[in-house]
Amino acid sequence: MKKLRLNKTSRTNFLTYGMVVVLFVVLQIMSGGGMLSSTMKGQLVPICAYVVMALSLNLTVGVLGELSLGHAGFMSVGAFAGAVTAAALQNAIPSGGLRLAVAMIIGALFAAVAGVLIGIPVLRLRGDYLAIVTLAFGEIIKSIINNLYIGMDAGGLHASLINNTIVLEEGGRMILSGPMGIPGITKISTFTAGFILIMLSLVIIFNLVNSRAGRAIMALRDNRIAAESVGINVTQYKMMAFVTSAALAGAAGTLFAMGQNTIIASKFDFNQSILILVFVVLGGQGRMWGSIIAAAALTILPELLRGFADYRMLVYAIVLILVMLATNNPTLSGFFSRLFGRFRKPQKGDAAR
Amino acid sequence: MSAPKREPTKLVPVPSTNKIPERDIGRSPVLECRHLGIDFGGLTAVKDFDMAIGRTEIAGLIGPNGAGKTTVFNLLTKVYQPTRGTILLDGVDTHNMNTAQVNMAGIARTFQNIRLFDNLSVEDNVKLGLHNYIDYGMWSGIFRLPSYWKAEKAAHNQAMELLSIFHMEDMANAKAGSLPYGAQRRLEILRALATGPKLLLLDEPAAGMNPSETAELMENIVKIRDQFQIAVLLIEHDMSLVMGICEGICVLDFGQIIAKGTPEEIQNDPAVIKAYLGGRKE
Repeated sequence: MKKLRLNKTSRTNFLTYGMVVVLFVVLQIMSGGGMLSSTMKGQLVPICAYVVMALSLNLTVGVLGELSLGHAGFMSVGAFAGAVTAAALQNAIPSGGLRLAVAMIIGALFAAVAGVLIGIPVLRLRGDYLAIVTLAFGEIIKSIINNLYIGMDAGGLHASLINNTIVLEEGGRMILSGPMGIPGITKISTFTAGFILIMLSLVIIFNLVNSRAGRAIMALRDNRIAAESVGINVTQYKMMAFVTSAALAGAAGTLFAMGQNTIIASKFDFNQSILILVFVVLGGQGRMWGSIIAAAALTILPELLRGFADYRMLVYAIVLILVMLATNNPTLSGFFSRLFGRFRKPQKGDAAR
Repeated sequence: MSAPKREPTKLVPVPSTNKIPERDIGRSPVLECRHLGIDFGGLTAVKDFDMAIGRTEIAGLIGPNGAGKTTVFNLLTKVYQPTRGTILLDGVDTHNMNTAQVNMAGIARTFQNIRLFDNLSVEDNVKLGLHNYIDYGMWSGIFRLPSYWKAEKAAHNQAMELLSIFHMEDMANAKAGSLPYGAQRRLEILRALATGPKLLLLDEPAAGMNPSETAELMENIVKIRDQFQIAVLLIEHDMSLVMGICEGICVLDFGQIIAKGTPEEIQNDPAVIKAYLGGRKE
């Protein structure tokens, strides 16, 4: 018993960590050796942000088992809170890396608070109802930020809703101006920062899932009535999963924002939420390595399809359909499992009843 | 204005005249229900359910299909809130508790249609029963602090010990959903037992078992009672099991108690025979 015991779950977790590290090193070498085009280089930070988004949504959808259609809302909260923080601290913290870290923490905190506020009403609902209400909250967040004005002068930060009535002292400047968003962002997000955030998210998610709290969350997913019957507080654990997921999405939002020149609230709309959900479903619910690959592949794909010009989104949709069909095909997955010589236990569906 | 007409108040006896085994008389009953009842819309599903269970009693709840037996379990565990009546668990009124709180107060149950955490391992299912005894927070879990390792190791040992009751240690890493039917039923009992109950509710534990499996189950229920010194209330249609191990039996028909007593008394009760076999039209 003293020996380090590696069960199937921890093996998968270590392989996932390994995969991320290898991908990072390979891409780092490729970009250093000039083997990546400048558009691809520009995609590295967004890819990392979307990977973290997919991982965090997978915590809600795959582990907690609740469908959320407003995940871009948390990304938005994190993006704007983080970008405002970074802009405000521009002179106070000269080091870009440190400023990014502080901005990410603030972004995650704001998103977590939004997660708590939204979670209180939303988590009382179940299934389809919960999904639709999260969708509505995503839109509310978008509208609020669309009407939010934040300026900074010697006196500190000034915020205003609905109208731009902020009067700034001399030398002050507007950071966020409603529908115009935040222009002129100093890009401080780096691929390395993205890599660190992915690794951190993986550690948080894997360790949470393989702990007392994670077991309770998965128990709720598998059978809520039975979970209550063994004394598990449903609201507490639903909230824990939802808020952790929101906080990670907030950090990802900051990472994303700090890699752009300009961010506007309407970028984080319903389509964005659905796109993230597509990553999760394509990669497999509860399967973190699947989310990573799906998020990375589907973020690069539109760039690779530039050759198709006007037909780009059509081809994208067709590729998506084909991949979905292929990954859900038992014959194909059986073929791959034989190919890799992995022993797979019979699935629930094909067991004789 | 004239004073509103008042119905005369009906007085009901409290505490009850319910019976418990003589050996448990030194301590108050673990469970005592008075006038427990629930209506669904206009339908009265359970009415005036009175019952007391001794500290180490194995009690039975029987009755024809649709009599309201599982509804009683759902009332005791607060899956449904009772419309009328009180439930005293170890002397404590469970009126304001929810399902999780009732479990922490001391009632654990199994389900008629098995409800395991199918995608989790057998060991994790038992550990979920131990959930409220595992003492570390979310952050210790995320950062893998020493308290995590210590508590998880203790939980592992405890889970293995519980699994050994039914000789299921070698299945610990299997998915609960992949177990054969009988093993799933046994695992559900262990998960309930892990929550450290004072009263264990078993909803048709022998359903789908053959006679030899049922005999083994009977032995195990008695063994669990003796080892953990807890009370057991079971719903069962298998009369060999009910008459074999139950000390006090309560018969329910159309939501009402029609007979209470020892197995011998129940077997000879005309009302019970009528409920099961149908009576002659007068």
